[in-house]
Amino acid sequence: MTSLIKSRELFLALILVIGVILIGSYDPVFVRWQNISDMLTETSVLFMLALAQMVVILTRGIDLSVAANLALSGFVAALVSQYYPGVPLALMIAAGVAVGLLLGMINGALVALLTIPPIVVTLGTLAVYRGMIIILAGGDQVNASEMGDVFQAFPKQTFLGLTTPIWIAIGVSILFWLFLNFTRTGRGLYAVGGNPLAARYCGISQGRQEFLAYSIAGAVSGLCGYLWVARYGVAYSEIASGYELTVIAACVIGGVSIGGGVGTVAGTLLGALFLGIVNTALPVLQISPFWQMAIAGAVILAAVVINARAEHRPDKLILPEARRLGRDSGLLRRVKA
Amino acid sequence: MSDPVLTLTAVSKSFPGVRALHDVSLSLQSGRVTALIGENGAGKSTIVKILTGIYRPDSGEIHVGGAARHFSSPRDAWAAGIAAIHQETVMFDELTVAENIFMGHMPVAATGGVDWSRMRARAADLLERIDAPIPPGLPLKRLSVAQKHLVEIARALSHEAQVVIMDEPTAALSANEIDDLFRIVEQLKAEGHAVVFISHKFDEIFRIADDFVCLRDGEKVGEGPVASVTEAELVRMMVGRPVDQVFPKRDVPIGDVVLSVEGLSNATEYADISFDLRKGEILGLYGLVGAGRTEAMQGLFGITPTTRGRVTLEGRPLAVASPADAIAAGISYVPEDRQDQGAILSLGIRENVTLASLGQYVRGLFLSRPLEIDETRHLGRRLAVKASSWEQRLAELSGGNQQKVVIAKWLATRPKVIVLDEPTKGIDIGSKAAVHEFIGELAGEGLAVVLISSELPEVMGLADRLIVMKEGRIVEEFQRGRWSAEAIVGAATGARRDAA
Repeated sequence: MTSLIKSRELFLALILVIGVILIGSYDPVFVRWQNISDMLTETSVLFMLALAQMVVILTRGIDLSVAANLALSGFVAALVSQYYPGVPLALMIAAGVAVGLLLGMINGALVALLTIPPIVVTLGTLAVYRGMIIILAGGDQVNASEMGDVFQAFPKQTFLGLTTPIWIAIGVSILFWLFLNFTRTGRGLYAVGGNPLAARYCGISQGRQEFLAYSIAGAVSGLCGYLWVARYGVAYSEIASGYELTVIAACVIGGVSIGGGVGTVAGTLLGALFLGIVNTALPVLQISPFWQMAIAGAVILAAVVINARAEHRPDKLILPEARRLGRDSGLLRRVKA
Repeated sequence: MSDPVLTLTAVSKSFPGVRALHDVSLSLQSGRVTALIGENGAGKSTIVKILTGIYRPDSGEIHVGGAARHFSSPRDAWAAGIAAIHQETVMFDELTVAENIFMGHMPVAATGGVDWSRMRARAADLLERIDAPIPPGLPLKRLSVAQKHLVEIARALSHEAQVVIMDEPTAALSANEIDDLFRIVEQLKAEGHAVVFISHKFDEIFRIADDFVCLRDGEKVGEGPVASVTEAELVRMMVGRPVDQVFPKRDVPIGDVVLSVEGLSNATEYADISFDLRKGEILGLYGLVGAGRTEAMQGLFGITPTTRGRVTLEGRPLAVASPADAIAAGISYVPEDRQDQGAILSLGIRENVTLASLGQYVRGLFLSRPLEIDETRHLGRRLAVKASSWEQRLAELSGGNQQKVVIAKWLATRPKVIVLDEPTKGIDIGSKAAVHEFIGELAGEGLAVVLISSELPEVMGLADRLIVMKEGRIVEEFQRGRWSAEAIVGAATGARRDAA
């Protein structure tokens, strides 16, 4: 049990598998490919936003503005498709990503250069970004009929049996995995979050890492903004309202430490998948969606408790008999008890 | 002489592996200032902590006004009339002067709430008693360090303290502020308080103190009236132990100049730091705590900005704007507090070891895991790091092994110059010997080593050459074999040279 909790990705995966089997035996529709594909497509934005949020949390930060950023970048992408229908789709998507990146860079600059606490910065920019949509739209919205066909069709296309949002989420996940595990900058993110002072002595600039983290989060939010708007066929100031909390929840469930420096791509993806499964399973189990929040909340608390236990620093080895036995020995626990 | 206000009788205190105080007795007289002197780590702070109820002695007795006392908390010490003014003031910046003075014992009104007007009035009285023109309603954060000391003194008086302990109160004060402080000390004396005065500065001790107690390695080695001793005698008391042959010094051929520093300065911390460092040489950097040694080396390493100075590495001028520049040029700095400034507990051994030298393991676009593992295994074995795997998180290792990992991290950068800041601070005697041997080994491999240490035997045992810093400047340079413990401590404390 202890070793399972240590490898929390395995633990989480096991819970998910058991859960899916249980729900599937209750109602086989749940485990049909169509349902799973829908669920994954629905959750693809959460996968990507959770990874982006994880990168920020790794640096001991938080980005509350990801959903607002998504809404504003998605809105801009929708505007491009409305007023310049002849522009290639790639450019429309690029417009969303570029706006998202810019908004993320604003967050990063405020956090890194002015050293304002991230929660304050992003709480402020959250409101500003949402407000800007209202100003841009004059209180109006962009409807499905106003967006181009190509613009809306892309997220619904499938390739090798998977929808494009799933493919994009897979691609983004691989990039994050490579970035975090096999680049100097990625390692620097963990170092800065784990011990900012020690990182500084190693020549790693905290400000630079923070700026980068918020920029990445912004660019991913922009990409998700396009996917969201195109998939649901509407863009206005309130889309994805409050979604930032779901994103943070996915990270926490996935084992990302709010204290910074701890978190894996696999864990975060599983955390997001967990919430995705809960969301789709509740209707199947005929549980009121009102329970959804309560269940997600309970799971977050459980995850935090498990995290706290895993993070607990081992006692010192002072007693000679304890030193002989070593830390991992089951005997030691009996000695202590 | 009248009955003492306070006596310590045969007090001892040990920590795991360290004997902080052994069989120390002293007595404080009312109306006299007693200076507590000794090298860094001689046991002065331990005495202060015992007197203020922070530590409990393992054995020995404390008598206050003739009655035996046991302090189990700082509150007990307050109640017994003992108050301390600390080096860095421990007070509440956001609260007012009056609230700070009466924190914990605010006057209570008939309604059960705080009697604000009485508190203000009493605070004003206390401040007037020590001639401190500070409005009691002012938030503390608007005061200077010197003014905060005055508030602390007022706080001590508010407790009717009979014994006032001042732990290096002048460290952050200007000359005028020191004059003001000493005037107040004289006044406390005149009012019959007993004052304990801790300072490293001999001129202050001879100016203000009546008696002295000298400690060395946790034992009392001398006491008496200040008027009866000379500075030279005090220095000899502080040092007085044979220091040669403690550590076997390796014979290492010393090569060409690797690092040359000229006139390195910072606006407030250090000035005109100049020295040459040769291949295979160990340069000791001695001084009292707070002499600016760490700060100067942090400037060299690019942690803090320097205002002036030239650095030359292997004949080429070097501009260091950040630690990354210093590491790239081949300078490593192993900081003093390895837990806080060195180890990243949430990461594994491999990730810690390679963190300062990540560029070496990049192949193409990405970091090569096998190269990282090779380096970690190589250095981990060399330093005898004990772990179940090279991926084990640092949080799961013992303190000693964490230190080894941190040192491995700096060796992985393949430095030409390595600065070791208090490398044996807080480690047990056995590990100390291993660290000393390792430092000798590094020099033997041709590294140029700067060794910052506050332990005289350590620098005298290991260094080929010794620079002494005092108040941010280099005051003396000694060659191996042509130094004495007395002369080194004399230079560091500012005792007159002819005296030493």
